[in-house]
Amino acid sequence: MLVYTLKRLGLALLVTLAVSMLSFALLYLSGDPAAAIAGETASASDIEAVRHYYGFDRPWVVQYGEWMFNAIRGDFGESYYFKLPVSQLVSERLSVTMILGVCGISFALLTAVPLGVAAAVRPNSFIDRIALFISVMGQAMPSFWFGLVLIVIFSIKFRILPPSGSDGWQNFVMPTVVLGYYAMPAIMRLTRAGMLDVLGADYVRTARAKGAGEFRVMFKHALRNAIIPVVSLAAVQMGFMLGGSIVVESIFALHGAGYLAWESIGRNDLPTVQALILIFSLFYIVFTFLSDLLNAWLDPRMRVG
Amino acid sequence: MENILSVRGLKVDIPLAAGTLHAVRGIDFEVRRGETLCVVGESGSGKSLTSLAIMGLLPKQAQRSADRLDFAGVDLQHASNRDMRKLRGDRISMIFQEPMTSLNPAYTIGDQLTEALLLHRKVGKAAARNRAIELLEKVGITAAASRMKQYPHQLSGGLRQRVMIAMALMCEPDLIIADEPTTALDVTIQAQILRLLKDLQRELNMAMILITHDLGVVARVADKVAIMYAGEMVEAGTVNEVFTEPRHPYTRGLLRCIPVPGRTKAGEHLGSIPGIVPSLIGNMPGCAFRSRCDEAIPACAADIPKRLSSSGHLYRCVHDYGPLSSLSSSSGLQAKSGEA
Ligand SMILES: Nc1ncnc2c1ncn2[C@@H]1O[C@H](COP(=O)(O)OP(=O)(O)O)[C@@H](O)[C@H]1O
Ligand SMILES: [Mg+2]
Repeated sequence: MLVYTLKRLGLALLVTLAVSMLSFALLYLSGDPAAAIAGETASASDIEAVRHYYGFDRPWVVQYGEWMFNAIRGDFGESYYFKLPVSQLVSERLSVTMILGVCGISFALLTAVPLGVAAAVRPNSFIDRIALFISVMGQAMPSFWFGLVLIVIFSIKFRILPPSGSDGWQNFVMPTVVLGYYAMPAIMRLTRAGMLDVLGADYVRTARAKGAGEFRVMFKHALRNAIIPVVSLAAVQMGFMLGGSIVVESIFALHGAGYLAWESIGRNDLPTVQALILIFSLFYIVFTFLSDLLNAWLDPRMRVG
Repeated sequence: MENILSVRGLKVDIPLAAGTLHAVRGIDFEVRRGETLCVVGESGSGKSLTSLAIMGLLPKQAQRSADRLDFAGVDLQHASNRDMRKLRGDRISMIFQEPMTSLNPAYTIGDQLTEALLLHRKVGKAAARNRAIELLEKVGITAAASRMKQYPHQLSGGLRQRVMIAMALMCEPDLIIADEPTTALDVTIQAQILRLLKDLQRELNMAMILITHDLGVVARVADKVAIMYAGEMVEAGTVNEVFTEPRHPYTRGLLRCIPVPGRTKAGEHLGSIPGIVPSLIGNMPGCAFRSRCDEAIPACAADIPKRLSSSGHLYRCVHDYGPLSSLSSSSGLQAKSGEA
């Protein structure tokens, strides 16, 4: 288990390094950063001055080293737009994104797992068809479109939920549903497939032979085994959702980190964009790592091996 | 002694695309308290489905019917799901053929052992634990207390099957059904497990249905034996009757297949019955064995009489092989010689 953990950790660190280089390279991929900051009317000498002021004239290895060194200490430089430390900007917005992520994945799990179990218990039944329909819909509908439909129904027609902003819990309802619905189909199908598989297992028959009731057989004996891959999928999706909430936050103008990223790209605010990309990638890496650990922890066979 | 299990006309049908598979075609038998019945037959003859039919654990698509299916005075055909649940694991237990996959990989041995007792008896966790440790020791597992914390994957096949046996005994059942409990194990371990089962069965005075295709095992442990072929019971009786006066050509064929020390020379081929088991789909009038039988005559395609002695020795064949007696013979294989 220790060796396994260390291996996974090593892999995670390597990926982090690669991602940090990519987000640093972003500065140059989007054209000359000095020209961008100086503005369209700046003269050549102005641009050179800006270049020197921001240190863009130094070798890139030095620049990357410095950026990385500061980033590790939580210093991502100053936002070109707000003239405020990026770390301050980002940390304010991150809590909104995290709340949304946790709500989204909870919503997905709470709907997908029971539906998946019910579908597996009675394959091809009415409930199985409903589950299939819901999951196909979830995959076919783009988030932005689903978000707009919800706004039309609940904000414009019935006026029960605010269409935008981030003032209270009401603002989180629709974003949670949209984000959660995005993750739901995969979780549901994995639960259903896992349960179908496990319900045919010999140990489920053993449980019945002991006199266990259906509920106990389903949840204690079957689901406990079928849920292992589902939990790791959910952890990966959680990492993805924290970064992938850009679309959802922009539709509902929810002031989270995703919305900030969307705005900063429009404003050419590169330090902020760089920081956010690195953070979103880190979420993904951390949750993927957690998913591997959870998998090993839930499966006794992996724990010892 | 009273019958603990009476079965009359038990049938199991499985509807398939190609037609209905009649896996068990109307079989009769009973088991008395403390008695061991061995069921013998090639694979596919319906032995497992018969035991699952008694347990009420048939696969969903399989249909069971019977003229009579009584366990200790309870009519299993009309028992509710709840009543069946109360019987299973408490008064009837089952040991399966596949020890490697019959334990839940996610729970410790201790959790799985105590479960049956906690489900059926009003006992505390500590009492259930003590009982589990006691039984682990009884089935010959050393360091029982530390085994309780282990997971199935940490045990060998032989140990897992011992755990399964301990699990089946948790509530001291009246009947234990062991479906080829040693087929998946090493030859050296097979004998140990069988002896263990037999000893426990005697000690606890349980009835046992032991399914096997090893006639050597039958000779050692059985009181009664039933020979199944293609979903039918072609011959049944006490071990003495069936081994010393086998009547059905299939039984005689099977008996020729076991090596007998002294009579079988090293290197000599054991007898085997040529041919294959017929498809069980659709109706099969006449004797199912006739395509493989040396003694088949045209009448085998018609209805087959059921020949029964006063002592209960039964066979189904067109041929009348003479009057059945219930001599307790001294020749041939000695039943219950105690050597396992
Ligand atoms: N779930 C099932 N679906 C279809 N056929 C089955 C099923 N279970 C058993 N059978 C068929 O029923 C027959 C009897 O099976 P079984 O009772 O397992 O035999 P045995 O235990 O004597 O080897 C076999 O032909 C087998 O293929
Ligand atoms: Mg079988």
